[in-house]
Amino acid sequence: MLEIKNLSASIGEKPILRGIDLTVPDGQVHAIMGPNGSGKSTLSYVLSGRDDFTVTGGTATFDGQDLLAMEPEARAQAGLFLAFQAPVELPGVGNANFLRTALNAVRRARGEDELDAAQFLKLARAEARRLQMPDDMLRRNVNVGFSGGEKKRNEVLQMTMLHPKLAILDETDSGLDIDALKIVGDGVNALRAPSFSALVITHHQRLLDHIVPDAVHVLAHGRIVRSGGADLARALEAQGYAQVIAEAA
Amino acid sequence: MSGAVSLVPAASPADGFLSRYEGLTQRLPGMAEPRRAAADILRRRGLPHVREEGWRYTNLAALADVRFHEPLTEASGFVPDTDLPDLDGFDGVPRLVFLQGRFSAAESVLPDAAIVRSFAASAEFGVLPQPERDRLVALNTMLAEDGAIIEVPEDTDAGTLLLVSAGRDIHGTPIAFHPRHTLRLARGARLTVVEIHCGDGQYLNNPVTEITLALHARLTHVRLQNESPEAFHLATIYADVAADASYDSFTLSTGARLARVDVHARLAGAQGHVAINAAQLLRGRQHSDFATVVDHDAPGCASRQTIKHVLADHARGVFQGKIEVAQAAQKTDGYQMNQALLLSPDAEIDCKPQLEIFADDVKCSHGATVGDLDPDQFFYLISRGIPREEARAMLVRAFLGEVLDMVEDERARAMLDRVVDAWWTVPV
Repeated sequence: MLEIKNLSASIGEKPILRGIDLTVPDGQVHAIMGPNGSGKSTLSYVLSGRDDFTVTGGTATFDGQDLLAMEPEARAQAGLFLAFQAPVELPGVGNANFLRTALNAVRRARGEDELDAAQFLKLARAEARRLQMPDDMLRRNVNVGFSGGEKKRNEVLQMTMLHPKLAILDETDSGLDIDALKIVGDGVNALRAPSFSALVITHHQRLLDHIVPDAVHVLAHGRIVRSGGADLARALEAQGYAQVIAEAA
Repeated sequence: MSGAVSLVPAASPADGFLSRYEGLTQRLPGMAEPRRAAADILRRRGLPHVREEGWRYTNLAALADVRFHEPLTEASGFVPDTDLPDLDGFDGVPRLVFLQGRFSAAESVLPDAAIVRSFAASAEFGVLPQPERDRLVALNTMLAEDGAIIEVPEDTDAGTLLLVSAGRDIHGTPIAFHPRHTLRLARGARLTVVEIHCGDGQYLNNPVTEITLALHARLTHVRLQNESPEAFHLATIYADVAADASYDSFTLSTGARLARVDVHARLAGAQGHVAINAAQLLRGRQHSDFATVVDHDAPGCASRQTIKHVLADHARGVFQGKIEVAQAAQKTDGYQMNQALLLSPDAEIDCKPQLEIFADDVKCSHGATVGDLDPDQFFYLISRGIPREEARAMLVRAFLGEVLDMVEDERARAMLDRVVDAWWTVPV
């Protein structure tokens, strides 16, 4: 699904990623953990195509395609989804209109028929209810006046509607209470299938109690310093990053 | 060009208009004296010049390069085919249609609740216009041939009225027309006017509208300036608003190569309300100058202005907004906001807010923002697979939404939405 080789990226002159190697096979969920400033969010932005980062070396292949050569919209149309750590507000853009435009763009790319307003609303309402989101969140402007938790749920709603092949969740758990965390976890688990993979970026073990990963990687100073199974996350939670990183060095 | 400022005005671009006035003078309707006085002003001072305050951003020199004809001679016979605009949704709504500035009875449907007379039959030049100060109004006064005089009687809700202007050149000859409209709402009267300007080819549309609102009267004035891309649109509106009356206007400008709209609104009685909102969508080398003067002459009045520009290519938008608060106008509440979205590095916005406040207990605020599309918002949209053009259109629509939402009339709003949507069919 996703194969990253020796990926380096910088912002301005400052290197952030310093040679990342990571493979996420089809159907697997991998977690990336690491202290602040280790490059977790940069990795998610580079993979989704944000142009304020410069890729200085390495490759990323998504489903056999050269991901780094694709425009962000083409990456999304090919099935990549980034759940933003800090989703932006779009005053004046209705959430339903936004979701339907995105869904139809992705459906067109897949060669599927576009959904009309009625078909879309039926689907969106059902998904929103499953995520225990009030109906009026579809009527409101995108993320405007949403609480932190509502914004994250709105990301998960977009993810479940767009049905990506690869989802990158960038600290989707931050700012969520325990109940919301379970709902988000359920949302991801519902997508789990042999054709779906996920990269879950998180600080904490908590989310990984709900989304049990196939592998856990520790990112520090722009490199993956350690990889392991789900138990690595528990070890990190117990011992802290400093010790794990020191052991790896 | 030398650095010295000449005291002698440049060759007046009014010469062509003056010579046509000499030729037409016997055939123009109404009293001759106001026209003679207007011609005298133009002879002495010419048309507005970029060296004058208020005209620094807009150069009318291009007008002098065009040999316009006034269409008077065509009035009795030949009327060229003129495409009327899309009036979907306005079925059954009364309409006054002007072709090349002349009233077309065949295309019009007169309203029941409002009294309409034609300027050609009963020319009146009104009391608000100031041709000495506003020389485009002098030009109009000198050459006006037709227009609508619309009156709504006391406590009458006259509903919605369309005022349509379709212009075009005649066999390739540029035409100039100078409609003269009067809108008078008596005490407690109500009216919504949806004014639409459209056309083909090269022409000058130079309308003057005098609006008088008596006590408690309410006028909603929605204007769509969607002239031909080769046209000149120079409009002047005077509104006098009595106590507890309300003038609520919105202008969408998408047409014309050169446009200037002057709105002079005076809050003459206590607790009056004026809204002058506008959106300008410009591309190519279009130039559109929106200039307002709001006079708060009475206490407790409110004025609201939100102006938004979306500028692509080499387009240039201008907003000049003046709020004058007289000493008597205590408890004035004035608000003015100008916002521009520049979609190209070659687009330009000029903004000149002016507040002159002589009362001590007032609330007046103004602000201006200029920017490109927000890169974070743009990335968010495309990261969801939305194509760039669509993402850009969504953000521009969102930017315009705030001011378009102020148009409460649903049919007018739907028409404006169609025009904004169509703007995107030409790639930016």
